[in-house]
Order: sequence, then structure tokens, then C-alpha cells
Amino acid sequence: MSTAGRAVAVKAAARPATRRRLRDRDWVWGYAMIAPLVLGLGVFYLWPVVQSVYYSFTEWTLFGDATWVGLRNYEQLFTDPANGRALRNTFVYGGLSLLGIPLSIAVAALLGTRGLRLVSLYRTLYFLPVVTMPAAVAMIWTWLYNGDYGLVNYLLSLVGIHGTSWIAEPSTALYALVAVGIWTQIGYNAVIFMAGLQSIPSHLYEAASIDGAGRARQFFRITLPLLSPSIFFVSVLSVINGLQMFDLVYLMLRRGNPAREETQTVVSLFFSRAFEEGAKGYAAAMAVVLMLITLVLTVIQFRVQKRWVHYA
Amino acid sequence: MRNGGRLWPVHLVLAIGAAAMVMPFFWQVLTSLKTFTEATRTPPVWIPSFEWGNFAKVLDETPFLQQLGNTVVMTTGRTLAQLLFCSLAAYAFARLRFPGRDVIFVALLSVLMVPGQLFLIPQYQIVQSLGWLNTLPGLIAPGMFSAFGTFMMRQFFMTLPAEVEEAARLDGANPLRIFWSVMLPLARPGLLALGVLTVLWSWNDLMWPLIVNTDPESMPLSAGLSALQGEHMTDYPVLMAGSLMASAPIIVLFIIMQKQLIQGIAFTGSK
Repeated sequence: MSTAGRAVAVKAAARPATRRRLRDRDWVWGYAMIAPLVLGLGVFYLWPVVQSVYYSFTEWTLFGDATWVGLRNYEQLFTDPANGRALRNTFVYGGLSLLGIPLSIAVAALLGTRGLRLVSLYRTLYFLPVVTMPAAVAMIWTWLYNGDYGLVNYLLSLVGIHGTSWIAEPSTALYALVAVGIWTQIGYNAVIFMAGLQSIPSHLYEAASIDGAGRARQFFRITLPLLSPSIFFVSVLSVINGLQMFDLVYLMLRRGNPAREETQTVVSLFFSRAFEEGAKGYAAAMAVVLMLITLVLTVIQFRVQKRWVHYA
Repeated sequence: MRNGGRLWPVHLVLAIGAAAMVMPFFWQVLTSLKTFTEATRTPPVWIPSFEWGNFAKVLDETPFLQQLGNTVVMTTGRTLAQLLFCSLAAYAFARLRFPGRDVIFVALLSVLMVPGQLFLIPQYQIVQSLGWLNTLPGLIAPGMFSAFGTFMMRQFFMTLPAEVEEAARLDGANPLRIFWSVMLPLARPGLLALGVLTVLWSWNDLMWPLIVNTDPESMPLSAGLSALQGEHMTDYPVLMAGSLMASAPIIVLFIIMQKQLIQGIAFTGSK
């Protein structure tokens, strides 16, 4: 037996014992390797949740001392009309952002057309808003929406419509922001839908065409049902993103904007209560309620999905 | 080009859509090259007088380069830390056995279910008590750890074949060594996808910088743009120049790393 051969034989004989010994020692290595992450997530994320829940029952003085006030923050939460308005805006925003989904599916389906050229060019163009800094997006659209010199109103004037100051008008500001939100999301969602479309086996379409099903029929009978898991994922994501709406509201509705008060969302209101007015206990109560709402909505979405989502 | 003729309606629809997606950027670039008078003229001026002074104004009147540096350091710090900490823990969660492994993993993932506002106030207090307000460490610290990144890397490690590591184990290598010299090189595609997503998120992040770094010198570009907008409310050519300069680097990066970014996003969609 050659040396190499013997080495292999020795190793093979030693294998079960070695493996057990290594496995036994695994736990030391395991704890050591997760330690930095557990520490970081624990200090910056998990413990803060506990702290925030505690803060929601306290009131803060200017010097940062917290005194226990029981449920008072929650009582105030339900009596301040600004919260009701912010909640309504947030729901409108989350709900309307679902309108982007059909557009994203259409883009994904068109980009998936067999034999199509320039796909990567189109994908890049549709994706630009996704990667652009929200602060820049907010500036660009503030300018486009400008009542006097904005491009939007100029284009509308070409078809005889006299546009308003879209984001300074309480009746239009929210919808103007929704449109920007959809514009930034289409490319992202389309990428998820493209991945979903690619996983649909092509023999289904071949079989359907043999049976004489047209393009439209194939889309509604094969594509949509098999895409439903992606559609579900994107709608959960859209609603959660909608509930988190902050950047555009903060940047497009600056102080002095007449539509600002009317168009606040829960998170933008949280931000000004916590970090501009220093009402941290009250803001913590807002965050706790937002968490409960998010949880309830997610549970509802998961319940309802059983009726319309088909997992292949 | 056999298909060219048949597919023209598809191209037409996609091109109209693409025009709608790109038009705001076109308008941004065009405005950034106009004088203020040109920008406020109706009907719009389509050929600008190439007023490069708008860009110079951003550089002169704001600490733009300083803020660019802050953004780069913040993004690099968060991304490298996440890649290291997340993949290290992810490997342990995917391949090692230790008591409480699954419970700890699920507890960490619960972070993903909680709206960010619940973390912000205590995070602010931690950074404040460390004396890190208006510093780079304060900007970076909470973003160094990610439950999402850990989940993503764990899924990635689970797809890798176990044979390679078994061989290394029999040679007596310890798990840390196996992780570093065997698994990490294999995990390159996963690391790249997570890295690109983290860079994108970090570069564009606004709320955390607004909270901890209120001094213009210590702000990253996102918060800096917000300040610029506060000062130059109506000077749109300057605002467009600033927003273009702040977002251009990440757009260029995206065009280079498009494949990895798309993979990362497709991953989030599949889970």
C-alpha cells in the first residue's frame, strides 16, 4: 500500500470518531461566530423594541428623564385628529401604491417576449428610478410639479388642461406623491415579476396553443395564476412600504407648504414628534401602534392569500 | 432581424413606458444646465446655455465633497461590516450545530417584522450617550448589522454542497478556517448580491442621517441635499445640479453591477 493510500485508509478509519469530536466542539465555534451579529442586533434592534414599548408608557422632560404616565400617551393618540388624518393618508398611500402592480406585470411580461432585443437597455431605463436617491427623486418631482414653471403643467397645457400647484394643494398633494412612489417602484417590482415569469414552464404555453388558446387567454389562465405568489409578495411589500412612507413626504412637503399638515403620514408624523418636538414617549406609542397595524395587515394578507394564490 | 417586424408593437409600448420613466431625469439634466431665467420660461427652453456655474455653485456653497466623503465612508463601513458579520453568523446558522441555534435564528429574524420606528429612539440614545452624534461612527453603527443579510447569506450557504467542507474538516481545519478559506470564496455571488443591495440602501438612506448628524459638515449627501433644498428653495438649476451630482455615482455603479443587483432583488422575491 502506498503512503497516500495508507493515509486515506487511516483517515477513513478515524472518520467517525474525528467527526464526532469536531461536532462536539462545534458549539463553541458556533457561538463565537454568531456573537458579533447577535450582540449588534441585540443592542441596536432587539433591546430597543423592548425599550420603545416601555417608553410608550412614559413622558419625557426636556432633560431626558422619563416618568411613568400609564396609558396617557395612548389616550392622546386616539384624541389627536392629526393621527387619524395621518393614518388615513398612510392607508390611501399603501392602497393606491398597489396600482403600480398591473403596470409592473405588463412591463415584465413585455420584456419577457421571446426574441425581443434591447431587453437589458429597457430594464436599465425602467430601473433608474429605483436606484436614484430618494432625496434627488423628491427634488426632481418637486420641480416637475411646480405650479408655474413645472414640466407637468406645461405638458398638460398642450392638451388644454390648466394644472395646479400639485404638491402645495391639500386636495392633490397625496395623489401627487402616490404617483411618484409608483414611478420609483415599477422597475423593482418588474424585476421580481420577471423572475416569477421565468419560472413558469414553457410546455404549459405550448400545450395551450395546441389546444387553440390565444395569447390573452394564455395570459389570464396560465400566467396570472402561476404568477400569483410573486403578486402576493409584491403586494405585501407595497403595503409595508406604503406604511413606511417618509422620504418623499419629508422632502416634498417642506415647512410652509400649505398641504403639509393635511398630507402627513404616520412615519413623517412620528419623525417630527420624536426628533423635532422631543415628545419621545408619545412617538414611541405611535410606533407601537404602527407595529400592531402592520402585524394585523400582514396577517390579513396571509389569510386572504389562500383564496387567490396558487403555489405550483 | 426576422422578429423585428413582428415585435414592433411591443417595442412601441416599452419605448413609451421607458420615455415616461426617463423623462424626469432628462428634465433634471436639462434644468441643471440652464440659467435661472431659462428655467422659469414658458414655453420651456429646450436648448440650454450650458450654465456649468450651477455645479460650481453646489461645490462652493455647500460642503459637497465633504458630504460625498461621508457618504462613501458610511456606505463602505456599513457594507463591509454587514458582509463580514452576516456571512460569519450565516455560516454558523447554516452548517454548525449548537444548542439554541434555531431559536436564536428565529429571534433575530423577528427584527424583520418590526417597523423601523421602534428602533430609532433607543438607537439615537445609544449614539448620543457614546458621544457619537455628528460623527461617522454614529452614522455607521446601527447599519452594520442586518437580519435580512444574515437570512440571505444563510439561504445561500445552504445551497452549497457539503462535500467540499467535509474534506477540509478531515484535514483538521476548524470551522472559522473553513468559513474563511473554503466557504467565503464559494459564496462570492451571494456576497456580491448582498453587497450591492447594502450599498444602494446605505447610499440613499435619509432618516437615520437626519436624526444623528445635523451638522452640514458631518452629513452624508442624502441629508445634505435636504439641507440644500432648504436653502435654495426656488433656485431649481442649482438644486438639479446638486441632485444629479449626489445620485450619479450610485447610478453608474448600478449600470456596472446590474446583474448582481437584479439577482439580489430576485432573491428577495423568491423567499
